[in-house]
Amino acid sequence: MSYWHTYGPAGDPITKLGWGLGIVSIVVTVVIAVMLLGGLFRRRTKRAPDDAQLAVSREGGGMGWIYVGVGVSTVILIICMGWTLVTSASVSHPPSTPALTVQVTASQWWWSLRYTSDDMSRTFITANEIHIPVGQPVRFELASVDVIHSFWVPQLGGKMDVIPGQTNVTWLQADKPGVYRGQCAVFCGAEHALMALEVIADTPRDFRAWQDDQLRETPISSSATVRAGQKVFQAHCAACHTIRGSDAAGIVGPDLTHLMSRRTLAAGLFPNTQGNLAGWIAAPQGLKPGAQMPDHLVSGTDLTAVLGYLNTLQ
Amino acid sequence: MVELGVSRTVLPVGSKAHHASGWWGMLTVIATEATLFAYLLFSYFYIASHAIGAWPPYGMPKLSLAIPCTMLLVAGSFTMWWGERGIDRDNPVRLMIGLVVSAVLGLVFIALEGLEWAGEPFHLTSDAYSSLYFTVTGFHLVHVAVGLLLLMVLFVWTALGYFDAQRHSAVSIGVLYWHFITIVWLAVFFTFYIAPRLG
Amino acid sequence: MSEVETFRAPIIARASDRSPSSQILKSNWEGAGGVAGWLSSVDHKEIGKRYLVTAFLFLIIGGLEAAVMRAQLAQPNEHLLTPEQYNQLFTMHGVTMIFLYALPVLSGFSNYLWPLLLGSRDMAFPRLNALSYWVFLFAGIFLYVSFPLGKAPDDGWFNYVPYASRAYNPGPNIDVYALGMVLLGISTTVGSINFIVTLLRMRAPGMSINRVPILIWGTLTASVGNLFAVPAVSLAFFMLWMDRQFGTHFFDVSAGGQPLLWQHLFWMFGHPWVYAIVLPAMGIVSDGLPTFCRRPLVGYTPVALATVATMALGFGVWVHHMFATGLPVIAMSYFSAASMIIVIPSSVAVFSWVATIWTGRPVFTSAFLFFVGFVILFVIGGVSGFMTAAVPVDLQLTHTYFVVAHLHYVIIGINVFPVVGGIFYWFPKITGRLMNEALGKWSFWVMFIGFNVGFFPMHILGIAGMPRRIYTYPEYLGWGPLNLIVTLGSYLFAIGVLLFFLNVFVSLKRGKRAGDNPWDAASLEWSTSSPPPVYNFAVIPTVASRYPLWEGRLNQSDDDRSSMQEGFLLDKGRETMGTTSLDAEPDVILKMPPDAYSPLVLALALAVLFIGALLHSWWLLGASLVVILLASTSWLWPQRSLSQIET
Ligand code: HEA
Ligand code: HEA
Ligand code: HEC
Ligand code: CUA
Ligand SMILES: [Cu+2]
Repeated sequence: MSYWHTYGPAGDPITKLGWGLGIVSIVVTVVIAVMLLGGLFRRRTKRAPDDAQLAVSREGGGMGWIYVGVGVSTVILIICMGWTLVTSASVSHPPSTPALTVQVTASQWWWSLRYTSDDMSRTFITANEIHIPVGQPVRFELASVDVIHSFWVPQLGGKMDVIPGQTNVTWLQADKPGVYRGQCAVFCGAEHALMALEVIADTPRDFRAWQDDQLRETPISSSATVRAGQKVFQAHCAACHTIRGSDAAGIVGPDLTHLMSRRTLAAGLFPNTQGNLAGWIAAPQGLKPGAQMPDHLVSGTDLTAVLGYLNTLQ
Repeated sequence: MVELGVSRTVLPVGSKAHHASGWWGMLTVIATEATLFAYLLFSYFYIASHAIGAWPPYGMPKLSLAIPCTMLLVAGSFTMWWGERGIDRDNPVRLMIGLVVSAVLGLVFIALEGLEWAGEPFHLTSDAYSSLYFTVTGFHLVHVAVGLLLLMVLFVWTALGYFDAQRHSAVSIGVLYWHFITIVWLAVFFTFYIAPRLG
Repeated sequence: MSEVETFRAPIIARASDRSPSSQILKSNWEGAGGVAGWLSSVDHKEIGKRYLVTAFLFLIIGGLEAAVMRAQLAQPNEHLLTPEQYNQLFTMHGVTMIFLYALPVLSGFSNYLWPLLLGSRDMAFPRLNALSYWVFLFAGIFLYVSFPLGKAPDDGWFNYVPYASRAYNPGPNIDVYALGMVLLGISTTVGSINFIVTLLRMRAPGMSINRVPILIWGTLTASVGNLFAVPAVSLAFFMLWMDRQFGTHFFDVSAGGQPLLWQHLFWMFGHPWVYAIVLPAMGIVSDGLPTFCRRPLVGYTPVALATVATMALGFGVWVHHMFATGLPVIAMSYFSAASMIIVIPSSVAVFSWVATIWTGRPVFTSAFLFFVGFVILFVIGGVSGFMTAAVPVDLQLTHTYFVVAHLHYVIIGINVFPVVGGIFYWFPKITGRLMNEALGKWSFWVMFIGFNVGFFPMHILGIAGMPRRIYTYPEYLGWGPLNLIVTLGSYLFAIGVLLFFLNVFVSLKRGKRAGDNPWDAASLEWSTSSPPPVYNFAVIPTVASRYPLWEGRLNQSDDDRSSMQEGFLLDKGRETMGTTSLDAEPDVILKMPPDAYSPLVLALALAVLFIGALLHSWWLLGASLVVILLASTSWLWPQRSLSQIET
């Protein structure tokens, strides 16, 4: 999450400016501190003959400090202001028109992602894990279904709030392949702390492959145990979750069509392992108290069945 | 203690006209209340500027009651000014007439507003516009009502013979508030009834 | 006296506390003793002390809340608190500190000190003063009513909609916050009105506007600011309450409302407010430093103008709290530049303090240490504000612990440190006893070190990506060690605060006797005895310079001297001098009201009114309205003793 370093043109100019202003700030603080210490401890030539004597016998005097200090500060400020405005303009638009647009919909406390395309058949929905191609700007359209959230991937760029009733637009670009953690930044209720996301920057080839993968629908499995699991899912989970290619089409919770392709579960809460998955389905409230998915949806045996089914969602 | 003498200047004692602290207090009350209305009208313009679709959503607000309302309040300010001049000249009866006439004009204003409210095709909870409309005019109505109470109390005090040409800062303060209510109405009137017609 | 006099040539006398005339003054001004006297007192000194004590109690409550939060955050994945509990704690912490500590504590200083600094016998509206205290107290209690129910406000102090709307946050908590804030707004507003009129009307003869102490400028500016800022937040909370309880749609997108309207109204208030909670405190320093540097403040006029300019500019920067909401770049650039401009008046003050220390001859008392510590903390807090003022940088910094660091540096640095220093400075005036210097220095160093250890690392945490308002965080992000340091540092700071309170308690009983002017300070409050008599001044002083008690030593011409022992006697009842607004020429002899229960009754009725609104109990609401009308009518009833009527 640390943005001492950023990895793309949406963040880099900010990082430079941030370092610049940070250094100015430190210098200002040090200079004032030195002047204060000097003022406190400098040797004063004339000792007061008696305590009733004032240091200065006239009210004026010392004004030079204010003139010089304020003058220098003003010059520094104007320079910083200019730099700020230039940076502001440069990060407000991507260097080239983004080829890819992702519609991000935030809700308490996870992210739904819709990859758009002029070709409707290449449009798909997933959740919590954003893949982007390296070296290309990507446009994000941000909407909220409930309260205000904020979309923030610190190592790639600044925040943009996600506000109900308006669609805010931002862009990001990663110049280096890798995993960049993001997190909701505006307080949005009980689980604001655990509303993370991941941006994975792939090489354009890998990205294309991932896209193709996501576009696949899950094949109907022939295995009986899987079908039993699917039935449980249909009974207990489908009201909230979608699995494309099945009858499950709920939209309250994340799309699970390719659940197993994701690295983490429940908006970055923990790695997507069998144990974590089972634990989550059995008792989400213990792991993410307040989350919009209830505890005890399925019994022990049904849980195994559902897990078997979920495992086919590659 | 050593008495050194008396001051060369003779000073008024107690609350005398604009020497009264209360006069200054009322000016600050008016400043903060005027800001309150400025924020209300800001809210109106903010929501208007973000509105999708027609604004105002129920067509142009009708002027048939609003214009008489405006005239009533302006007239009320004049009668009150006239009444206050009465007490300046040591004529409490004229002040009482001014108070009564202004209060009656204010009452009619409230009645007309009520009529307008009753005739609107929307309710407080219909949408953002209706919420604003009833809240802003409602805030103003409450101010008129408080103003009426003030006038009534002033009437009683005048009848009890509390005021004369020298001592009547309470009257000046109350009248100041009454003028303020008129001015606020002009701003409300402009915002809700005139501004949509200009755009 | 059957006839009320309308004009009088006031007597000029030479008198002191020990003169027989003081007995008359004392009997004029002293209230009834006992509980009755306590409940009906309108003495500004009494009210000021109550404000101070109540505000410090809220500081302790808010501090304890923070201490619990810090325990939860000390390690990753802690389970001390549930998310809901944590959210209530940080909200109540912010609300308590900002609204129930930071401004009220300054109102305490100002209430106590204003008439003494100005050479007056009371504030312009003593009863209004009592009202503003009682309403503050009741609003503070009101804001806490839902806390024991486990349903305290939980949406942060700025309470963004729609999370604060009924759909996402049912239950009484947000209604309590909304109504409590409107109630508290009444207290702030009447308090501000009182300060403004007092400044305009109640200065000692000769104390022209360019001779008032800087504290007066600070509180005046803050009060004017409040007058224009508080309506925004009262309105916003009222509209929120309407949305929640009566189905209006101000903030509801589904019916044409706007969530961002809330943010605009809140920050149009919020930003001026943050200056309102520091300008008087900066005034404390501007008046205290010169005393300990043994010289007048460098640049009185620029500092006074900078105070006013800060507030004026402060009304034009609110959008810097909303840089990430997707506003147009042009608009943001304007607000960004304005926020940077506001650094200039602050730099005037900083260089004035530095120059005062440099050219002065410092006396290292505890109060002085707190004032010097304040200067450097202000600079650190200020420059972090300067960084967030840059739009693009703020897009990273906003909503992180960097902002938490900024706000604590400015608030604790510019409010708590000067306030503690101010207590050390004026304690002898208030109680007649000095505080313990050795313990005072200990508490300074513990607080100063604890504060920096506790809050400086928050900057780094912010840059390491830690968002604010999170109740926990995973281990692998590496925020654990710094958070532990923060927690330990803030506990050290709390111990420093504890030492300070200890000092207050010990010194109340055992402190050395102070005398009238233990610091050899220059302003009027030091010319009367410690603690001051009920009537403040045996005669109304006449002022001829900014530093009346230093005049002999400031090479001034002799013909124009302030006089503290000779002046208007004004002893025919509770009287003080009203003067003209700019030049402070004697203008009117003001009759001050006697002690009264009406402020308490009115405040109680107001509190009941709000309880009625909270419970939708319309009869309670109606009944309290009637009481309010009766109480205010009786309050305003013309009184002969106040020379409001003639016959
Ligand atoms: C209490 C008082 C207080 C004061 C005095 C200030 C002072 C300033 N504040 Fe601060 N601010 C807060 C209280 C305060 N603030 C609070 C409570 C919040 C958080 C609210 C919340 O979200 O909960 C906040 C948040 C806040 C933000 C929003 C951050 C965010 O949420 O993203 C910003 C952005 O611009 C900001 C800016 C400033 C600036 C530019 C100043 C300036 O006035 C500072 C000027 C002073 C100096 C800079 C130091 C002295 C100057 C010199 C020595 C001259 C040389 C200096 C230079 C050349 C740089 N503040
Ligand atoms: C006047 C203002 C003020 C003051 C003085 C403080 C004081 C402190 N604050 Fe506060 N804080 C705010 C105003 C203030 N804060 C605001 C406005 C927010 C934003 C809220 C929001 O997001 O809505 C905030 C938020 C905030 C957060 C961020 C919460 C979050 O975003 O999740 C944290 C976290 O560490 C914190 C910590 C502290 C600590 C440790 C202190 C300490 O300095 C407290 C020290 C004082 C005491 C402890 C009490 C006195 C001491 C004793 C009685 C001794 C005995 C006690 C012990 C030994 C423990 N504060
Ligand atoms: C009442 C609605 C609801 C029901 C019923 C429900 N879920 Fe969920 N589910 C959610 C929500 C909401 C989330 C997102 C929680 C969060 O991250 O805050 C979620 C998250 C998940 C996740 C993590 C997804 C990801 O992308 O990280 C899995 C896996 C999951 N649910 C499986 C199930 C299974 C299996 C069932 C049935 C046994 C089920 N859910 C029933 C609402 C529901
Ligand atoms: Cu979503 Cu915070
Ligand atoms: Cu601000």
